[in-house]
Amino acid sequence: MAQLTIRQKLEILADAAKYDASCASSGTVKRDSRGGKGIGSTEGMGICHAYAPDGRCISLLKILLTNSCIFDCHYCINRRSSDVRRARFTAKEVVDLTLSFYRRNYIEGLFLSSGIIRSSDYTMEQMVEVARSLREDHDFRGYIHLKTIPDADPDLLHQAGLHADRLSINVELPTEGGLRRLAPEKDGKRIEGAMGRLRTEMEDHGDAWRKYRHAPRFAPAGQSTQMIVGADAADDRAIITRASSLYDRHRLRRVYYSAFSPIPSPSAVLPLKRPPLLREHRLYQSDWMMRFYGYDAQEIAAATDADTGCLPLDIDPKLAWALNHRAAFPVDVNRAPREALLRVPGLGVKAVDRILMSRRHRRLRLEDVARLTTSIVKLRPFLVTEDWRPTALIDRVDLRTRVAPPVRQLELFA
Amino acid sequence: MHRVVLIAPDDFEGWRDAARGLAMARVDPADIVWQIGDSPGDLFGDAGLPPPRSSGGFSVSRAFIDLAQSALFHRDPERFALLYALLCRLRDRPGLMEDKADPLLRRVDALAKAVRRDIHKMRAFVRFREVGEGDALRFVAWFEPEHHIVRANAGFFVRRFAAMRWSILTPELSIHWDGEALSEGPGATRQDAPDGDPVEALWKSYYAAIFNPARLKTGAMLSEMPKKYWRNLPEAALIPDLVAGAQRREAAMIATAPKAPPAGPTNSAAAWGALRTEAMRCTRCPLHQGATQTVFGEGPLNAPLFFIGEQPGDQEDLAGRPFVGPAGQLFDAALAEAGVDRTRAYVTNAVKHFKYELRGKRRIHQTPDAGEVQACRWWLTQELDILRPRLVVALGATAARAMLGKAVTISRTRGQPIALDSGAEGWVTVHPSYLLRLPDAAKAAEERARFVDELRMIGERAKALV
Repeated sequence: MAQLTIRQKLEILADAAKYDASCASSGTVKRDSRGGKGIGSTEGMGICHAYAPDGRCISLLKILLTNSCIFDCHYCINRRSSDVRRARFTAKEVVDLTLSFYRRNYIEGLFLSSGIIRSSDYTMEQMVEVARSLREDHDFRGYIHLKTIPDADPDLLHQAGLHADRLSINVELPTEGGLRRLAPEKDGKRIEGAMGRLRTEMEDHGDAWRKYRHAPRFAPAGQSTQMIVGADAADDRAIITRASSLYDRHRLRRVYYSAFSPIPSPSAVLPLKRPPLLREHRLYQSDWMMRFYGYDAQEIAAATDADTGCLPLDIDPKLAWALNHRAAFPVDVNRAPREALLRVPGLGVKAVDRILMSRRHRRLRLEDVARLTTSIVKLRPFLVTEDWRPTALIDRVDLRTRVAPPVRQLELFA
Repeated sequence: MHRVVLIAPDDFEGWRDAARGLAMARVDPADIVWQIGDSPGDLFGDAGLPPPRSSGGFSVSRAFIDLAQSALFHRDPERFALLYALLCRLRDRPGLMEDKADPLLRRVDALAKAVRRDIHKMRAFVRFREVGEGDALRFVAWFEPEHHIVRANAGFFVRRFAAMRWSILTPELSIHWDGEALSEGPGATRQDAPDGDPVEALWKSYYAAIFNPARLKTGAMLSEMPKKYWRNLPEAALIPDLVAGAQRREAAMIATAPKAPPAGPTNSAAAWGALRTEAMRCTRCPLHQGATQTVFGEGPLNAPLFFIGEQPGDQEDLAGRPFVGPAGQLFDAALAEAGVDRTRAYVTNAVKHFKYELRGKRRIHQTPDAGEVQACRWWLTQELDILRPRLVVALGATAARAMLGKAVTISRTRGQPIALDSGAEGWVTVHPSYLLRLPDAAKAAEERARFVDELRMIGERAKALV
């Protein structure tokens, strides 16, 4: 086979990386390139430098070091038995590519993942070398996200954390059974073990850093993970419970969901049908509810359909929860505590903060609330204001149809 | 009328000094003309500024300064007056900044928000191009901001690209960084910027490769990357083709879908084995708690006939195999009578755990509810996907519900083929245990004969379809 050009490798290895949902470049320490010999800065909020027509943001150069793999995970396009074209970057090629993209302001940094070649340790070593070279040889101060391999030597994970802003380990499937069936070489215990070790190490370094100004930082943007939805038997209730336990036990910053999408040359063990993309979206919404709106996993589970264990697709989970808990409404915008306001469907965190601020200065009327929020129509059944009471509205049997978005034909092959 | 002359459209210091003096002199907002540069002034504006006062000052909150520093860069010519009006109201009501429902504050907030977004988009969408080599190496970008944000945004690029030499050219103003100091130049045109860069081809390849055509969502893209920015983004030139390609792909799927269903599994034995193993640990509904084990389907994987029963009974639950109890024996006998080869049929249940009620020492069968059927349908669907039988036979109402996804009446649906979504032919008949429960012997014999007749009909249909 002829030698592949950089461009051909980039096409193969970016294509192979697109099934990773994460592209976040936020939440790390503030730093910039002044006084250094390289380039790069991170200022808290990440920047999306472009958007692809699939609506996803492009913030990082997201590539695989290689798409060859000794594992045979059935859901993965790069599994051993798949017949995709293989390519491999050298560490130097990735470093040069990252820097030349960064200089032109195309990206915020690098998200490097890899198939496993030779051994977990060897692969991890290569990835750490990329991060090390960027940081030490080129004084690169942009964002680096490394996908870590749970079976790799803890010392390599330690090295990775010293160079990277964020580390992630994919739990892959929400159930132990699913993992055993679809990713026979992976082991849920080892994955969680590695996550636990990372958490401890992050906390240790965090403590040291608070005491000593020059203590090294370890993955300051924390760790995240990804789960594939729809490839095994787990329903939304199980997925949400799993995600919540991961957040609690390993202090994850994010759990990403990836709707299993039929990949070219699928394995026989996979379901042939794909789950609706909307399911992934609903799971993300429920994730937001847990992280920013003060719901716990059991409460969101209560919003799932009793029969299927899945969140309704036609309305968002917050609205579903509200419809199942009518007794908590209507909420008086002029008196209710923050926690109660956050549960009103249609009120976001910012709108709630604005309401709390302004009600110190005036009794809010419906028109005031309308100025503070995006849509008053959706809110009305759930709110009491100075001049508005929904009286019987909240108890109506047809409330769901009144507040649910109008039904429209979904795209056949969306 | 007072006339205030500001030196530039983003002259925050000038506005602040003037506004401070005017507000202390209690000049009405309607009596001020705000003007940028020394252009011929307003016909009436000639009173100049009031003399500075040394006493009677007032302070405003940090929140107002932050807000003004953003909103002032907006291109709306009213911004100076709006901010001054807000300042005057703050003088009398220091708490106003917290009253987010105030219409004037909302309006100024909206200006500031638009400016912050523009600043953010400039940070995202500036694209540098390389010119020169060696010591003359320089990165130059052309950008068209919506508001007067370039000067305010320069710091970001300095912090990020401190070790590079770069210039950002915009219609109003150019900024240059030589590695040590920032300098300003006059506005430029697109022609002043380089028109290409060798790395752009790589970037475009990356952009095309990271796009997943299976999930086209142009609306989401447009809301974050509106078309007005496209003309200065090299990768945006690819978007029409990528979208068209994804739509072609979709059209091709629609065209081929009915003719050739997606290729079935090539090694169904491995798939079925793995599925069975996973089902053994199923906890999708609470029934697994009381049952001994999951009773999965069994039979040849290339069977043309696929029977769905209701759920395992007491004996099946202990044996771990379907249709081995009394009803199963009756089913076997009826199949033999009807001349259907049992070894060529796959048998499974709609619900794979035994549901019962404990009465004394006996476990009495209980009909599974809709939720349990729905939970277990996940397994059934996959069994059907793997086996792809030509004929699917539902025995009893529970099985019919699992096969069709809705409740049906046996008497009205039995005896005739139903087209299933998978392309297979579905049949509904009674469950053999129904025959065992009939108290009247004559009625039982009659029903049994009818059951055998239907099985015969199904058997012949299966032969015809093969």
